Amino acid sequence: MTETVIHPAIENRPNAFTQAEIGWTPWLQPLEEVELTERHWAGLVDASRAKSPYFMLLARDPDILGARTKTDKDIFYNVLAGLPRAERELAATAASRANGCIFCASVHSRFASHHSKRTEDVQRLLDEGLQADLGSRWNAVVEASVALTATPSQFGADEIRRLREEGLDDLEIADVIHGAAFFNWANRLMLSLGEPTPAA
Amino acid sequence: MTLQNRDIIDFLAGIEPGSRLDGLRAQRPETRLNAQKSHEALFEPEHWGSVTPAERFAAAVFVAGLHKAPDIANFYSSKLRDEAHGPELVAIIGAELEVGDTTGPYGHYPVGPLSREDKPGLVYEVSGESRNLLDPKLSAALEHIHLLVFRPREASAGALQKLLDAGWTTTGIVTLSQLVAFLAFQIRVVTGLKALAASSAAIGQVAQA
Repeated sequence: MTETVIHPAIENRPNAFTQAEIGWTPWLQPLEEVELTERHWAGLVDASRAKSPYFMLLARDPDILGARTKTDKDIFYNVLAGLPRAERELAATAASRANGCIFCASVHSRFASHHSKRTEDVQRLLDEGLQADLGSRWNAVVEASVALTATPSQFGADEIRRLREEGLDDLEIADVIHGAAFFNWANRLMLSLGEPTPAA
Repeated sequence: MTLQNRDIIDFLAGIEPGSRLDGLRAQRPETRLNAQKSHEALFEPEHWGSVTPAERFAAAVFVAGLHKAPDIANFYSSKLRDEAHGPELVAIIGAELEVGDTTGPYGHYPVGPLSREDKPGLVYEVSGESRNLLDPKLSAALEHIHLLVFRPREASAGALQKLLDAGWTTTGIVTLSQLVAFLAFQIRVVTGLKALAASSAAIGQVAQA
């Protein structure tokens, strides 16, 4: 009975961007823990992800899940050099805000707030949208992320010049590119395979 | 593949070994390695599952075409041409790219405070002529791909039901979703890095002048 769609009954579906800890529920049947082979466990990367319906659904194709997870972790957590973590999370939030992924924006706006301590500015990005004035440097990161998120992409020399004017070097600009580009991947999975649920 | 060799992003972005951009990418070896492994997991997998090579490359040609990334679309077209009926599929998808031509992201939000940001736009359907030539599975995939590329915020359980009805399995839908979503990443990394390479070169010229 896996080949049917799940229609979850959700009261008070999230309908606005938020930094609250909302949940997510799938529209397709995730794997059960008893079904996992060694290949599935490898794809999950962290065994704790077997508790997540999102990762257990993606585990149906474990090889791409594993490579995707490792790409994700390096783009966001490898901060030995390059862009500060807060601004990588800002790029992720801006891309998610532009694509309309309420769930992804909730997670990464929380991270952006945590690492920057600028919770109110992050909230203005969620409430007012992509035109919110967050100060010159953050505006440049948001504009670049949104330009790259457009289809077709509108990212080019103007966005790079703005980022350089704010003091970003080429590695940091490459980090903005990867952070925003990665959320064009994540948003499309989160938006298309299930939906957000209200904070508990 | 070692880091001394060019990977698929290097190839698509025109990054040469030893260039400035090659040096930048070398500072993120895990990202580089796993972006490549992601590509291989989708386009050269050990287990093809229920999604055929022709379906994967056809999807990729459509995604890259919708992003107006002609070099990337040509790369995937060349792979598709090697499959059975590949040349015909390339031609059909070329015609469908004109039907589906638009700019995004757009679409409506769940009803509420975000409704004021709703942006209506094209709801693409495969043209009648192409529908007669394509099998139902690939027709349904093209319509779903257009949804994911341009108006992912309008995705729904109903859209997944259409894929199941057309012969996609649950696991096949996961693979198709990863493929479209991964390409949305790959195309943007290539676009971004190409722009960065061009801009670094321009700065170099100013410095020399």
